[in-house]
Amino acid sequence: MANVTLEKVTKVYSNGFEAVHGIDLEIKDGEFMVMVGPSGCAKSTTLRMLAGLESISGGKIHIGQTPVNNLAPKDRGIAMVFQNYALYPHMTVRENLGFGLKLARLDKATIDQYVNEAAELLEITPLLDRLPRQLSGGQAQRVAVGRAIVKKPSVFLFDEPLSNLDAKLRASMRVRISDLHKRLKDSNQSATTVYVTHDQTEAMTMGDRICVMKDGHIMQVDTPANLYKSPANLFVAGFIGAPEMNFIDANLIKTDDGLVQVSFAGQTISIEQKKAEKINAAHHESVIFGIRPEFIHLATDESPKDQVVTGKVVRLENMGSEFYVYLMLGDKQFCARIPAAVVEEQLSQSLDSDVSFYFDTSHCHIFNQETEENISL
Amino acid sequence: MTDQATQNQTVNYTAMQINQEVKRTLRKERINAAIRYGVLLLTGLIMLYPLAWMVSAAFKPNYEIFTSMSLIPKEFSWDGFINGWKTGTEYTFARFFLNTFAYVIPKVILTVISSTIVAFGFARFDIPFKKFWFTTLIATILLPQSVLLIPQYLMFREMGMLDSYMPLYLPMAFATQGFFVFMLIQFLRGLPTDMEEAAMIDGCNSFQLLWYIVVPILKPAIISVALFQFMWSVNDFLGPLIYISSVEKYPIALALKLSIDVTEGAQWNEILAMASIAIVPSIVVFLIAQNYFIEGVTAGGVKG
Repeated sequence: MANVTLEKVTKVYSNGFEAVHGIDLEIKDGEFMVMVGPSGCAKSTTLRMLAGLESISGGKIHIGQTPVNNLAPKDRGIAMVFQNYALYPHMTVRENLGFGLKLARLDKATIDQYVNEAAELLEITPLLDRLPRQLSGGQAQRVAVGRAIVKKPSVFLFDEPLSNLDAKLRASMRVRISDLHKRLKDSNQSATTVYVTHDQTEAMTMGDRICVMKDGHIMQVDTPANLYKSPANLFVAGFIGAPEMNFIDANLIKTDDGLVQVSFAGQTISIEQKKAEKINAAHHESVIFGIRPEFIHLATDESPKDQVVTGKVVRLENMGSEFYVYLMLGDKQFCARIPAAVVEEQLSQSLDSDVSFYFDTSHCHIFNQETEENISL
Repeated sequence: MTDQATQNQTVNYTAMQINQEVKRTLRKERINAAIRYGVLLLTGLIMLYPLAWMVSAAFKPNYEIFTSMSLIPKEFSWDGFINGWKTGTEYTFARFFLNTFAYVIPKVILTVISSTIVAFGFARFDIPFKKFWFTTLIATILLPQSVLLIPQYLMFREMGMLDSYMPLYLPMAFATQGFFVFMLIQFLRGLPTDMEEAAMIDGCNSFQLLWYIVVPILKPAIISVALFQFMWSVNDFLGPLIYISSVEKYPIALALKLSIDVTEGAQWNEILAMASIAIVPSIVVFLIAQNYFIEGVTAGGVKG
């Protein structure tokens, strides 16, 4: 049983730079929490404070019921997987796996048993007598994960563990780590995991919950689906999802008959009724209008006329099953994801000409221009 | 038909041309290589000549040494080695060899241990006024040895350590050779700290970290330190000259000088024969240790 609690955790470096600004985070027992954000957002620093590799300048961290602020890394019941694997180059895989146990003065038979169990779980048994330099990247990464598992820690920490692998390996390791987490959890072992990454695919596919960070602040903590559907602010909306959400400065208009409209780039569209009711803004307020590429369609006869926009198609990117269609609205470029069949049938000759698009505003987001908060949730 | 033939001809012609060009390029490369290696070989031989001369002169009778430049002795004799080994004293040259190792080996061991610990401290720990201490360390490298001779001599005299090997190796126990500490610090700074952090999480304290992780990774650098210290110490003349006064404690460097002093007309063949033998340990140690220089350090352990 180990939940992790961060209370007003702050990191200030000796040169006065405040990297982490009093963050609060509650990670439940057995949960897979992914911390994601652009580089320099202090996600790794937070993880290292949790591991005990960085001092905690302010606030409290609890692992289980124990406050760990002043505990050495080895006494926190954690195991960590590093980006560079950090295997000991002069020890065989077997010695690498057993090193922590040896330091804990376990007897040889127990160490062997634990090491063999972990090796089997990760399918690295044939590699046990090799040195790290004789391993491929994927194998080294599995050994690094094995070294963490062997210790049966209460909390697993991963610091961008897959970023040194090629794309294909990364995808398979992603699945492997998720499976491993599930297996540990199902067998009632401690499986609380904190996983730091800058890759949003990893975050979306692996996390039970995702913590999005920016400049030492937590922007939003929620399940992947909720982050995607209901981003709390402009940053999360832009960070999660690829290609990213389209944004444009717009003017919000509330008409006398209860309609809510936004106007941008000289065109005005209505917000779908249900969405409109949720919008908390004044008439004529300046807002940011956001819509994901998959909610921009080619306009057809059935499309609601008040949600159609005309834009100039400037570029088509073939993704195989679909196209990314880039259109200009004023001086702002929008991206739309449109099925390949539709594009080939209707758009192949339309480059550099005006085309009508249907903006499905039931899925749009309206952000306050100053606070950048989502005011349409 | 004719068209086909012409075309074939053109093809053949070009193929021949290409062939010729390849041959020309290859010939040019061969000539270039020959010139390059010729120059290198010549320079190498010029640099090796004094050493070769020393070895060859050891086999010459005394009167022939200064009369010819030739490396091949006209009269080949082992006399230089036989008489040289006996020396003009009551001891054989073996005694001087043993004397040398009696202070060189402790010196190397103490240097390696103390320098590694100090370098680890500098490279990995936050200590107050670290910059100041580091600057002091660098300053000691720049300080000429001879400046320290008199105060050090007085100090060791007060401690009653004259005419023993202690003054030669005892200072090494305190990481006094800034150059080696500096060398190890630079090496450590180039190493990623991930492995050490992983070891800390695995449960290492600072000394376990040093012993289980840092020393094995640092092995190539530590071996170079030992090697340098060994060669410099064997060659050291000034240190023994100042602190060692009885002949029975003389190391090689002083013993060679001894033969020049005590005999009126120096027996150069004996001196050169012993000098040739004296460089053997350094060469052997170097040959044994050089493999460790090549050995990869962090290969595989860390991919960056």
